[in-house]
Amino acid sequence: MAPLLHMHGISKHFAGIPALREAEFIVEKGEVHALIGQNGAGKSTLIKLLTGYYRRDAGEIVFDGRQVTFTSPQEAQGAGISTIYQEINLVPYRSVTENICLGREKRRFGLLDWPAMHQEAKALLARFRITIDVRRPLMAFPTAVQQMIAIARAIGFDAKLVIMDEPTSSLDEREVEVLFSVIRQLKGAGVSVIFVSHKLDELYAVCDRVTIMRDGRTVQTAPMSSISRLDLVTTMLGRELTQALQERPSPQPESETAPPALAVSHLVIGQKVRDVSFSVRPGEIVGLAGLLGAGRTETVRAVFGADRSDGGQVTFAGKQNAIGSPADAIRAGMGFCSEDRKLEGIIPDMSVRENLTLALLPQLARHGIVDEERSRAIVDRFIQRLGIRCSGPEQRIRELSGGNQQKVLLARWLCMNPKLLILDEPTRGIDVGAKAEILHLIRELAGQGLGVLMISSELEEVVEAASRIFVLRDGRTVAELEGDSLTEQSVMTAMAHGSGNERETAHG
Amino acid sequence: MDSTRLKLFRGIGRYGVLLALIILIVFGWLRYENFLGLFNVLSVLRYNSMFALVALGMCFVIITGGIDLSVGSTAALGSVVAALLSPYGILPGLLGGLAAGFAIGACNAFIITRLNILPFIATLATMLAASGCALLLAENQSVSVSYDSGFTEIGQGDFFSFPIPAWIALFVYLLGSLVLNLTSFGRTVLAVGGNEDATRLMGLPAGRVKAAVYIMSGCLSGLAGVILAAQFGAGQPIEGVGWELFAIAAVVVGGTLLTGGVGSVGSTLVGVLLLGLIFNILNFENGLGWISLSAYWQSVIRGAFLLLVVSIQARLSLRAEEAT
Amino acid sequence: MAETAVTLPSPDKRPWLEVGTFLTRYGSWLALALLILVNLAITPNFATWQTLNVNLTQVCTIVIVGVGMTLVIATGGIDLSVGALMAIAGALAPLIFLGKLFPLPHPLVGIALAFVIPLIATALLGLFNGWLITHLRIQPIIATLVLFIAGRGIAQVFTNGNLQVFNLPEFQFIGLGRLFGIPFQAILMVIIVVTVAWVLRRTVFGREVLAIGGNERAARLAGIPVASVKQRVYLISGVLSGLAGLIVIARNSAADANLVGLGMELDAIAAVAVGGTLLTGGRASVIGTLVGALIIQLVRYTLLANGVPDAAALVAKAAIIVLAVWLQRQNYR
Repeated sequence: MAPLLHMHGISKHFAGIPALREAEFIVEKGEVHALIGQNGAGKSTLIKLLTGYYRRDAGEIVFDGRQVTFTSPQEAQGAGISTIYQEINLVPYRSVTENICLGREKRRFGLLDWPAMHQEAKALLARFRITIDVRRPLMAFPTAVQQMIAIARAIGFDAKLVIMDEPTSSLDEREVEVLFSVIRQLKGAGVSVIFVSHKLDELYAVCDRVTIMRDGRTVQTAPMSSISRLDLVTTMLGRELTQALQERPSPQPESETAPPALAVSHLVIGQKVRDVSFSVRPGEIVGLAGLLGAGRTETVRAVFGADRSDGGQVTFAGKQNAIGSPADAIRAGMGFCSEDRKLEGIIPDMSVRENLTLALLPQLARHGIVDEERSRAIVDRFIQRLGIRCSGPEQRIRELSGGNQQKVLLARWLCMNPKLLILDEPTRGIDVGAKAEILHLIRELAGQGLGVLMISSELEEVVEAASRIFVLRDGRTVAELEGDSLTEQSVMTAMAHGSGNERETAHG
Repeated sequence: MDSTRLKLFRGIGRYGVLLALIILIVFGWLRYENFLGLFNVLSVLRYNSMFALVALGMCFVIITGGIDLSVGSTAALGSVVAALLSPYGILPGLLGGLAAGFAIGACNAFIITRLNILPFIATLATMLAASGCALLLAENQSVSVSYDSGFTEIGQGDFFSFPIPAWIALFVYLLGSLVLNLTSFGRTVLAVGGNEDATRLMGLPAGRVKAAVYIMSGCLSGLAGVILAAQFGAGQPIEGVGWELFAIAAVVVGGTLLTGGVGSVGSTLVGVLLLGLIFNILNFENGLGWISLSAYWQSVIRGAFLLLVVSIQARLSLRAEEAT
Repeated sequence: MAETAVTLPSPDKRPWLEVGTFLTRYGSWLALALLILVNLAITPNFATWQTLNVNLTQVCTIVIVGVGMTLVIATGGIDLSVGALMAIAGALAPLIFLGKLFPLPHPLVGIALAFVIPLIATALLGLFNGWLITHLRIQPIIATLVLFIAGRGIAQVFTNGNLQVFNLPEFQFIGLGRLFGIPFQAILMVIIVVTVAWVLRRTVFGREVLAIGGNERAARLAGIPVASVKQRVYLISGVLSGLAGLIVIARNSAADANLVGLGMELDAIAAVAVGGTLLTGGRASVIGTLVGALIIQLVRYTLLANGVPDAAALVAKAAIIVLAVWLQRQNYR
């Protein structure tokens, strides 16, 4: 039987730089096909070429027995290709029904038939075991439900091929299970699924075959069962993992007794943070763990003065509740890398140099005039020290890879000589190699006396990096783990302990 | 999430304008003789129907997250074309004005969706162009309308003793409301404003819908121009200055979000009437003889009113944000 | 991406990018040079002192207002109230030096106050714009729409809509005076352009303005006082508008609240757009605004001097705006 999709010899350049080089990609009917690769390996480009978002420079695409060239996502959808994107691409103000039914509305006498559309939306969501009022605006629902609605929408279009680009990034375990059962249903009905994910467990749980991409090429396609995790990772990276992340930092002896750089007690922020307490000593990496919506991000944002808190004490550098704005926090010696690099970190049109020295500006200036010479010297030093790969300090930061952007943002704070660095998801969306480098760097800095407060959704990562972990649940500190009691298992137990109704609380 | 409070804030946002309009009407009725007299009501409606048409087009444009600065000079162009064609009868005048509006709207649509230029700049340019065309066609002076062909009926005539321009506006608003709420086009307009990228990725014709909205706005402005020419008996190439901002103000007062995605046709009408009534009340107040406020106060009061409304809206939305 | 970038020695050795960058950076200069050359060839009496002066005086106020607008747009905002603020300054000044508001101890005091008070007034109104935007979080286009509508009305109420005629050389020096044969307003314009261009490039304030326009949330998290920077930007725009208003009335020997600065907001925005400042914020060029205004003015002059009606020049202006912005988009990806 001919495959459902055959992409052959696909090439694509952006501004002269190749993003895809003669990629080959075959998806059979009724299979779940994993597509993996590091960031920048060409996965999303390949998908966007297929769905008509970009145009290819060379190659051909055969879909469902016909040679096709889609010029818009609409056309691709018409042919039976539905796509679920990583970011939820729905319209927040509009009702759930509208979001599901837009583009294939039911009509009666030429006008919209709302009752029938509400009915259909309800029925579709029932497949995902979701019962909600479909007339309410989408933004009234938690992210996970929104993601499910997006998936329901895509599947609702009698698709032959469903593309899922990291669909699980905002789902909890139970929701992921529901999603997997829907994927299996689809498979049973002869629908093919392309599944893009960085989480290996998920790939092994649900995929039949895998295609690995590297540097714009499809380097290997194999049945999932015949390829080991190690092979998968080494093929993806194209090299043996040289730097293992295994060694746990030995806690600094002097830090045991040193007074904490930051002490937070009984912090309250609206409904989301009810009673959070923790502390960070100089030279120590402290992790904040918890499920999505446990209040981690809210907590650190309030500590940094980015959001207001409603109660409790934050003591930093000996002063209590002295921080009312990020500017205060920075002056006091704090740095903060937000979880959303694009939205809250980089200034895309500015150069690496300007981005790096942004927080340092007041110190770089004499009578309001920037001392360019000093700024250059500092930037050169940090580019070298952090190994930031760019064509030069004047390159625009938007042209850098995610990992290098993150290093620039780290440098933005490091050049201030901070006492405390808060890192919210410092390795999100960064490829494995850069991840290791950044974690290594964080450790080195802590070794020099910097206090680090770190949030990461990858449990493995926090457990390895941190010497102490505070676990949050429903906006409360529920555990402090340290030394031998600090294992992935113990953290997970604390995160989940005793809470039966996660859906309600996990997304607040 | 406190959804009842959220709903309450929304409700105030939505019905607050209507409430303000009612209060203003009651105020006028209590204070001035003849305020609710037939003559005054009809002339207010007759005069404001042009603005209502322009504001409706603007409302659709703003819902998609765009803006149309060209409406005023498009109306001026429409009035000139209509006046030039008025000797040939009602229909040529009407169609001529509409065609002029369509042409400008199509230019906007092309520049915005094909050349990918921000609506603000695109319509700023077509505003200049339309104004230039109007002046060229009219040879820098106002163009008298022919009174023989019956063309002036569109602006001055009555139908069932109700002004024809008000009929037109009423009809167009009903149609607009229907389109926005009960057609897939209308829902797509709302979706485009809510999240354009998402709409595109959902496979909806975002580009075409945006184009259609600007063309619609152009046509409605052209129509307003026809009424302008018929009402005042002349095509006015320099009329329409500041109409765009009046229309934006009316739409915003009506509670439509300038960021797009939320909006209502009915509230826009309420916004137009509200701003129109302020002028009317000012006239009556002067007529009472207690104080004498020059016509210049009109814009000051309108500005102050806009300030009041947007500050209340801003407060409400800040609270709503906190409530989520 | 990064890996590829490393293997390339440096960006300026990529020829296909060089042409694009060159056009983005110098396209408007090129257009200006071309316009001058064309005029030298076809327009009679182009290369005269007279022509230069005419064009300079036409463009001065637009550039001065445009400089403020450039800063505002660089933060991702817009200021529609500039024309109305010009009218307010223009209405206030004669009231002061003609002694209609309060008795004057000495005419020179009146003249000094006629400069200071209107500028303070427009500065405060600009600050008011900034306050609406930063504290009530009203979108700039709506917040400044308030003063756009009300501001001219305020000026008209002040003067009762009357034309105020005067003849006061000391005051009018700002609009009519000359230094070394060059119109004083042109000198003022050049000083303002150079100063603000330098501020934007070299000072912390300039960097903060661009950072806010580039990514406001990131700027806040990097400790930049967003609200205060924005307020200052609108204040500067207010002051420069006030100054432009004073120049206009000085030039005309008369203040007409109905006409001073009418449509200026659009002229200024057009100059900014043609000059290559990104309308979404984050990238700005003050010199570009000067060049943009010169291009628009020269095209108009060229057409008028060659017998094309003024109305047609409007259409040409529209075409230039679209063309310029479109070209920028082509090079900016």
